[in-house]
Amino acid sequence: MLKGRLLKDRIARHYMLLATILSIFILFLIGGGLLIKSLPIMEEKSLWTLLTTSNWRPFKGDFGFASYILSTLYVTAIAIAIALPLSLLTSIYIIEYASPRILRAFTAVVDLLSGIPPVIYGVWGTLTIVPFISEKLAPHFVEFSTGYSVLAGGIVLAIMIIPLIISILIEVFSAVPKEMREASLSLGATKWQTVKKVVIRKSIPGIVAATVLAISRAFGETIAVLMVCGNFTDLPKSIFDACYPIPALIANNYGEMMSVPRYESALMFAAFLLFFIIVLFNVISRLVLIQIDKRYQL
Amino acid sequence: MELMTAPSIAEQPTPKAKSSSGCLRPHIEVENLNLYIQNNHILKNINLAIPDKSITCIIGPSGCGKTTLLRTFNRLHDDSVDVKITGRLFVDCEDIYAKDAEVTHIRKKMGLLAQRPCSLPMSIIDNVVYGPRIHGVRGKRKLYAIARHQLNAVGLWEEVKDRLKSPASKLSIGQQQRLCLARGLAVEPEIILGDEATSALDPISSKTIEELFVSIKDKYTIVLVTHTLRQAKRIADYVAFMYMGELIEFGTADQVFNHPKHKLTKEYISGGFS
Amino acid sequence: MKKLEEKIFKFLMIGSTVLILSVLLYILYVIMKKGLPSLSWDMISKIPSGGFYLGKEGGILNAIMGSLYLISFSVIISLMISVPVVMYLNFTLRRKSRLAAFARLTFDVLFGIPSIVYGAFGFTLMIYFGLQASLLGGIIAISLLIIPVMIRSIDEVAILIPNDLVEATKSLGATNYETIKVITRQLLPGISTAVLLSIGRGIGDAATVLFTAGYTDSIPTSLTQPTASLPLAIFFQLSSPVEEVQNRAYAAALVLTIIILTLSFAARYFSRRLSKNKI
Repeated sequence: MLKGRLLKDRIARHYMLLATILSIFILFLIGGGLLIKSLPIMEEKSLWTLLTTSNWRPFKGDFGFASYILSTLYVTAIAIAIALPLSLLTSIYIIEYASPRILRAFTAVVDLLSGIPPVIYGVWGTLTIVPFISEKLAPHFVEFSTGYSVLAGGIVLAIMIIPLIISILIEVFSAVPKEMREASLSLGATKWQTVKKVVIRKSIPGIVAATVLAISRAFGETIAVLMVCGNFTDLPKSIFDACYPIPALIANNYGEMMSVPRYESALMFAAFLLFFIIVLFNVISRLVLIQIDKRYQL
Repeated sequence: MELMTAPSIAEQPTPKAKSSSGCLRPHIEVENLNLYIQNNHILKNINLAIPDKSITCIIGPSGCGKTTLLRTFNRLHDDSVDVKITGRLFVDCEDIYAKDAEVTHIRKKMGLLAQRPCSLPMSIIDNVVYGPRIHGVRGKRKLYAIARHQLNAVGLWEEVKDRLKSPASKLSIGQQQRLCLARGLAVEPEIILGDEATSALDPISSKTIEELFVSIKDKYTIVLVTHTLRQAKRIADYVAFMYMGELIEFGTADQVFNHPKHKLTKEYISGGFS
Repeated sequence: MKKLEEKIFKFLMIGSTVLILSVLLYILYVIMKKGLPSLSWDMISKIPSGGFYLGKEGGILNAIMGSLYLISFSVIISLMISVPVVMYLNFTLRRKSRLAAFARLTFDVLFGIPSIVYGAFGFTLMIYFGLQASLLGGIIAISLLIIPVMIRSIDEVAILIPNDLVEATKSLGATNYETIKVITRQLLPGISTAVLLSIGRGIGDAATVLFTAGYTDSIPTSLTQPTASLPLAIFFQLSSPVEEVQNRAYAAALVLTIIILTLSFAARYFSRRLSKNKI
């Protein structure tokens, strides 16, 4: 009787350990696998050429990623520039100024909407944002824009990541102890001064964490951006020009990649780039947060 | 050890403050104050006059409303959604619950020391000068002088003078509470409110804070909610006894402790209930 | 001066809140407006005929069934990995163990990796094993995607179980495995929430299935056949010149949105149940 139980326990233990090791291993498998697949093209062209030139003619063997990298950066930057201030303003209002009923209702809405898949945002972007830019916004600034642009990508991305940032910020601001606010108010500070100098200051690690998460999401988002960015390789000269971020590059060309030598390796290199940048970013921000915690002990 | 007078922040014109020469009421006067939380009648018709420049201790069993009452003095209930307050509360002859009363200058007159020391998320010196900065004081040297004076007043200067820029959260609890007192004094209040200010501290730190209160009572009106009778017996000049939301008895410490008029007071003092 | 600053910011804050709320609700409105007219019984019960890109007849059953197959298998596989891992980290290893800390770090990183990387990696695996774009390929990619999501979600709940409970069962002479069986029962609401969240993440994701599951008009009958999926049904059919095909895309978008909203509601309901039954 006891033998049976012990045997089951041992099997269970081994299975759990195996599952855990396997799961951890996935990370290294992905990194390693993509790296291996990228080796052919890295051997052929130097890393420098790959990253800084913008010649992209796969049939001639030219693979310069620069314009894709820049596109990704532009779109992400615009998205963060829109999303971060709006999310901060909204979260502060909801927590500090609005009634508990509004807080509950708003949190519910944001929660529900944060699950909506990117492809839906893509559809909406094509139907709403692209025509808006092309017909109403761009004519003020440039001669012509199809609407499929860096700006469209940035706006759609921003709307996608706002619910994410807000839900984190709401938690972060709620975690500031009531006594701290009261201490500031008791000294004669106004509510706004208290928010500025105490609540936000105490929440800085949380705000940083939310930003990092948002940037990661924006960086790697594929389908929503793909549908509105125009997929045009030339370097965008303004935000109203089409662009071609890295995820879109990979997604659009996987069909042809088997037919041209080195094409597959190039796309896998692109995937590896994404992987590497995001992992690096994650690790660095974690270290930064630890430092902030140590130095300021907020 | 030098002792310079604290640079005054009174250069800031205080809006609408009635001059004390024209004011005949005691420093704080509570008139028919009632407080309801979600229709529960928490404070029942409180009438109380807090004498100037002395220590008044509010005592009573837990749940009797003493902390709630204290917090009406600096309108800390403003942000609580379900709280309704009727009646009048005069500070320097100004009804702070009047419709047009401006709350920040009222709060500036009072320093609050909470139960658990709550240092702001900044350095030690930034904590102390937070109040003056809010009210418009500028100039590094001026602020430094204010900090030094107040930290000295609470006996913290020697311990922290070499690490003024380090985070306040690194101090021990007793030090933090003293820091909070220094912070409160820096805005030059007239009144100090203490909400069980020593209950979270070890006996030595408690004693230090008590001694501080006694040493400054000739300059400030001090109202303390105390959780132990012993503390009240040690330092109170006046005592207010509360029970179930009502003010049962008020008088000098000698009167209340040695010749209590009310039966409930007598029972509480002799340890009948807590 | 101070007052002015506060007023300006208050105006900005309220404006921003209203803006965000309106945009999000507007998105729902547009999806409904475009999709509702095309949503009919035929739409969800028939597969497209005449080729999904140009054929005017039929509906999106291929995508609906495809997505259901894909996510069901993926969730099963994911559960078989995630639950043991969380149990191991929380109830077998000591709480402060290095391995647990490292594992959690890894899972956090995996959580943040974009889905296209999982898609690309899944594709590489498929080539390596000689698989074609198929149901199986999609299942592999989606499973990889949702394992970190599930682990994180279940871990959040498992961490809350107080140590005394675990020690109580162990001091009665139970083996580690038996202890875990008891705890699993308690964690069921948390696991259900995790499953709902993972379904939400996996069913709507296009980038994972793009390379790995292929696309087709019909409903797959074996693991090695390619399969349609809702996100791709939207993506591929939206740009078609034929209006009926576009309508199929909008209908698919609406169906997908409804599924996600239902899942979100259910997940919230479960997590509220969870906190009600706390010890």
